[in-house]
Amino acid sequence: MNKIRLIINLFAALLMGFNSKAQDVNALITKVKNNIDRVNDYVATARMVTNVSFLKVPDADVSVYFKKPNKLKIKNEKGISFVPKGAVSINLNNILSGSKYTAIDAGTDKINNTTVRVIKLLPVDDNADVVLSTVYIDEANLVIRRAKTTTRTSGSYQLEMNYGKYAPYGLPDKIVFSFDTKDYKLPKGITFDFDDGTQNRKTAAEKAQNRNGKAEITFSNYSINKGVSDGSFK
Amino acid sequence: MWKLLQIELFKISKRPRTYIAFVAVAAIVFIFQFAFKADGQSYMDLMLQSVKDTFSFDRVQAINGYFMCYIVLNTLLIQVPILIALIAADSISGEANMGTLRLLISKPISRTQIILVKFAAATIFTIFLLLWMAITALFLSLLIFGAGDMLVFRSKGDESQILLITRDDIMWRYYAAFAYATVALTVIAALSLLLSIFAENSIGPIIATVCIVIVCTIISNINVPIIDKNIKPFLFTSYLVGWKGFFYIGTDPDGKTIKGSLENWPAIRSSLLILIAHIFILVTASVVVFNKKDILS
Repeated sequence: MNKIRLIINLFAALLMGFNSKAQDVNALITKVKNNIDRVNDYVATARMVTNVSFLKVPDADVSVYFKKPNKLKIKNEKGISFVPKGAVSINLNNILSGSKYTAIDAGTDKINNTTVRVIKLLPVDDNADVVLSTVYIDEANLVIRRAKTTTRTSGSYQLEMNYGKYAPYGLPDKIVFSFDTKDYKLPKGITFDFDDGTQNRKTAAEKAQNRNGKAEITFSNYSINKGVSDGSFK
Repeated sequence: MWKLLQIELFKISKRPRTYIAFVAVAAIVFIFQFAFKADGQSYMDLMLQSVKDTFSFDRVQAINGYFMCYIVLNTLLIQVPILIALIAADSISGEANMGTLRLLISKPISRTQIILVKFAAATIFTIFLLLWMAITALFLSLLIFGAGDMLVFRSKGDESQILLITRDDIMWRYYAAFAYATVALTVIAALSLLLSIFAENSIGPIIATVCIVIVCTIISNINVPIIDKNIKPFLFTSYLVGWKGFFYIGTDPDGKTIKGSLENWPAIRSSLLILIAHIFILVTASVVVFNKKDILS
């Protein structure tokens, strides 16, 4: 009888442990979200460096417009820029919005010598496009250092964030956005190209490598909560 | 010599067919401009269909005067050789047809001078036609569509690329491209001139020039290794599109474009030299053949 009671007590303690851990990570997410929620809108100037195998483009000076809850636009005011569509996820509200996920504590990890809490976010909705998000939270500064998201339709993407003076608002100084790309193929017979004699045959491994793209956005300054017109998002 | 050239240019200016080329160029350019003004975004969607789910960009800004000119040149520079042939192939055969050739060679001018002057006049016509293309396709497009960064869509080996050239790095490329196109089209003028020596009316050399250009262009665009190695390097049509090399901007190892650079200048330079060699050989052949020709008409 005593043995059975002991087992029940142990099981209950284990469950309570899990429950308290879940409460811990939910509380941590809430704190981070509260930080982010202080920003109603912002306009930021930034430099975007795109690294995609088939895109040969210069660095671009861009403006980033954000307005709650989820409007985000990256614009090159002086020219043309190819903006990865998944880059809207640099709005961290997108990842943490609502409570339509189950948070699971996945322990700790280190990013650049900073200990971070790893939390996996599982969507409650079985049909949601996002299959799994993993966020790496710097508990000391209450900011997300890294976020990995796997989707059903748009592949996987990852955000790496470095923070500076805008950390109290949860706004990074630099974001490295990694994403999956498809091969770019021009429709056949559209162009008569100049054959300069150089060969450009790539191995399967190189082609696979080329399906990963990267965009680095380095912010120079933010103008926070000063109002952004809806026209900026057109 | 200068007087002779003036007479030749006067004769060209008096022929109605001279203006057919200018009207044809203007018509094609205007049709393109109208089509892109009305629905240029469909073209952009077609070119970017395989990446439109991954990237967003401003399609309206992308369709600007520089981009329009590139699209028009891409199409026109394949057809313009026919328009050049209309004039250059008439140089000697036209005189023969009208019965003025014997009169011409009876003057105190050498046959070599006649050929060189005819060639110079055809070259000047080519320059004027390209200037007209620059005015309509580039400057008029800039007026209609405005300026902006330019996108270049390109197939390289087994992969496709999108190049972006900033607006402050484009104009010199057009000047260089038009200069290259002048040399490339002068080859057609030289070829037409040579063929016109053998005929007594201009239809034959015009058709012969067009046939040679079409057949060689088809061969130049067949991707068969044995043809790539053994035949293509000797066809002038393989180098006609070399002007595009000025829009293949150089990049660093990370794929970032380098302003003011060319991806492969040595290839453009050697193409240019091959075209100049073609001109030299064709004009020399014209001089030799014309000097030996027994003129009966």
